[in-house]
Amino acid sequence: MAYKNYCLVCAGTGCHANTGEEIYQELVKKARDLGVEKDVQVVKTGCFGFCEKGPIVKILPEEAFYVHVKPSDAEELIKEHIIKGRMVNRLLYKEDDKKTDTQGKIDDIKFYQKQLRIVLRNCGFINPEDIEEYIGREGYQALAKALTDMTPDQIVEEIKKSGLRGRGGAGFPTWMKWNFSKQSSSDVKYVVCNADEGDPGAYMDRSTIEGDPHSIIEAMTIAAKAIGASQGFVYIRAEYQLAVQRLEIATKQAREYGVLGKDIFGTGFDFDLEIRLGAGAFVCGEETALLASIEGERGIPKPRPPFPAVKGLWGKPTVINNVETYACVPMIILKGGEWFASIGTEKSKGTKVFALTGKIKNSGLVEVPMGTTLRDIIFAIGGGIKDGKKFKAVQTGGPSGGVLTTEKLDTPIDFDNLVAAGSMMGSGGMIVMDEEDCIVDIVRFYLDFSVDESCGKCSPCRIGGRKILNILDKIAEGKGEMDDIKKIKEISEAMKRSSLCALGQTTPNPALSLINFFYDELLAHIQDKKCPAGKCKNLLSFSIVRNTCIGCGLCAKKCPVNAITAEDCEPLPGKKKPPFVIDGKKCIKCGECIAACKFKSVVKL
Amino acid sequence: MADALLPMPTELTSFINEWKVKPGNLIMVLHKVQEHYGYIPQEVAVEVSKILEIPLAKIYGVATFYHLFSFKKPGKHKIAVCLGTACYLKGAQDLLDEIDAIIGCKAGEVSSDEKFSVDAVRCIGCCGLAPVLTIDGKVFGCVTADHMAGIIAPYQNDEVN
Repeated sequence: MAYKNYCLVCAGTGCHANTGEEIYQELVKKARDLGVEKDVQVVKTGCFGFCEKGPIVKILPEEAFYVHVKPSDAEELIKEHIIKGRMVNRLLYKEDDKKTDTQGKIDDIKFYQKQLRIVLRNCGFINPEDIEEYIGREGYQALAKALTDMTPDQIVEEIKKSGLRGRGGAGFPTWMKWNFSKQSSSDVKYVVCNADEGDPGAYMDRSTIEGDPHSIIEAMTIAAKAIGASQGFVYIRAEYQLAVQRLEIATKQAREYGVLGKDIFGTGFDFDLEIRLGAGAFVCGEETALLASIEGERGIPKPRPPFPAVKGLWGKPTVINNVETYACVPMIILKGGEWFASIGTEKSKGTKVFALTGKIKNSGLVEVPMGTTLRDIIFAIGGGIKDGKKFKAVQTGGPSGGVLTTEKLDTPIDFDNLVAAGSMMGSGGMIVMDEEDCIVDIVRFYLDFSVDESCGKCSPCRIGGRKILNILDKIAEGKGEMDDIKKIKEISEAMKRSSLCALGQTTPNPALSLINFFYDELLAHIQDKKCPAGKCKNLLSFSIVRNTCIGCGLCAKKCPVNAITAEDCEPLPGKKKPPFVIDGKKCIKCGECIAACKFKSVVKL
Repeated sequence: MADALLPMPTELTSFINEWKVKPGNLIMVLHKVQEHYGYIPQEVAVEVSKILEIPLAKIYGVATFYHLFSFKKPGKHKIAVCLGTACYLKGAQDLLDEIDAIIGCKAGEVSSDEKFSVDAVRCIGCCGLAPVLTIDGKVFGCVTADHMAGIIAPYQNDEVN
């Protein structure tokens, strides 16, 4: 080691947005001011995954894991840790139970213990803006092997052995796509990376590119060798500025090092990449729509077949894979397909990255072997529900997925089990809900999303989604009828059968899981006109519990519409003033009174 | 105050000319136009149509398909509230309501003094900080409705440019 210490500052989206850059600048400055810039190298790395605790700074070789760091902490970190060799206890990560003393070491942190990092292997370890660091961790060795020691058939065979399936949602075997393209004869072929991560609440692709852009470049070049392509495109969301920037730096460096461009590794093989920006259309995650968008057209899906592997970009055979799928490829080539296949379940191999968010204690990116149970992810890794509330449900698969209940918590997660349980893998968003979340409300949120994102080409999706949303709106307003359930089912069935692409086919999924798994809650909305979680405003009434109200009138003062007044009666026994009462006709259900009352006398019914 | 929209600055024209030869260039060019002007002005769209030799109708067809492209001049400061699932669950809608209450501007609108434009955007990938909003790209995390007035004030009072 050239330096005594390495100070890794997380520059993933969450930490970067949350003063991460300032912390980095401050650490560099303090190290210089205090004359230790030769002892410590300050490095910006990709996402550590533990976003809940950000901004995070890790100092090696001690592996001290500092959390919620502020720019003003930089001086203390340099003075104490670097100069005096004493860890700054105040900032070290501590488990919530405070019984385990982790000393901040990653291996001791429960959040990381059940994780296995293949896709995110380099995130948080290397500086994504320096190709040397990627090379230092076996980077581009897989490419060298693929180009010099392997035939295209052998590459495809290795991917086949690994059992790798597409991480974008559908789980289609990757080797089959590659093989179809390889077998299609054409002078021009393309390799495309789908980085149009549109799932609300999923950000694993973004973090992978931001933290380890070279792994994508390397994998795409390997795919190009396998199918015989010389041009690739990365289609990435324009909103992901940091990822775009890191990818641009990475492609430039890769060209300078001769691992991208003409005559790679002197083998005579040519391959180059171009970055194309998305412009905010969820449907462009669908592969034919994505290709239309790269061609500069409206992102409207086309009927398949022909599949892109045979007739894709500008009519040429095109392999499209998602970011996470590509990120697995170099490791498979390097360590062998059998190694990868030894991880996971019978039909789903390797690991999967999930973006664990919502009402969970430890929000963040987690990578686990396929077959890990939902319970392990949510409770062992995620630390359970925030603020001591009760777990209600977990949503997987984004707007195309479903909502799963407590009964499904012990399901080992893989592509097929999730579908059998009534949801799907999707891209890996995992949104945890507690008892205060209303499923009708959430399902409306997803339908609203899908309706907004429908491209409008085929009528089942364009009209069906809107119809289901209208019915859900009606139910949330307290105007639902029992017949509505039947209608939702009928429309869903038609959409699933006749929509052109996966967007329309899966739009009804959240609504169906509402009917299948939350029937009681749905009935409460329709028949009793009540929202058990207290979210649907039209179904709520606020009232004041007479015998605990002391008549202080704070609620009345806070009420924006003067709906609360003192009752015209004598004070109740033991009270000095008469209780207050809410006029249901005036009440706008804003909840200010609940927040104002110190005696918890205002309740939602 | 408005600078003349045309002629386009050389930076923009040279970008367009560089991309002109590449197939499927339209979306990349529209991004560049919007990056420069903040929106896609009609006059500029006409000019782009001439240079790229793409019919104006097609340019509008493509631009209107995608959420990110706008034909409306944005306010001086752009507020974007994330409506990804995690943010929605944690009360992002309350933030939009509060912003409306403070500056009288709903999602998709520009305030009457043209100081602010408000947008509800798709997941911006900082779910650990939910609910999140950005003003001119600066990220504010774990925001509640109570914070809103304090966050907006410096922009309202022109303390931030």
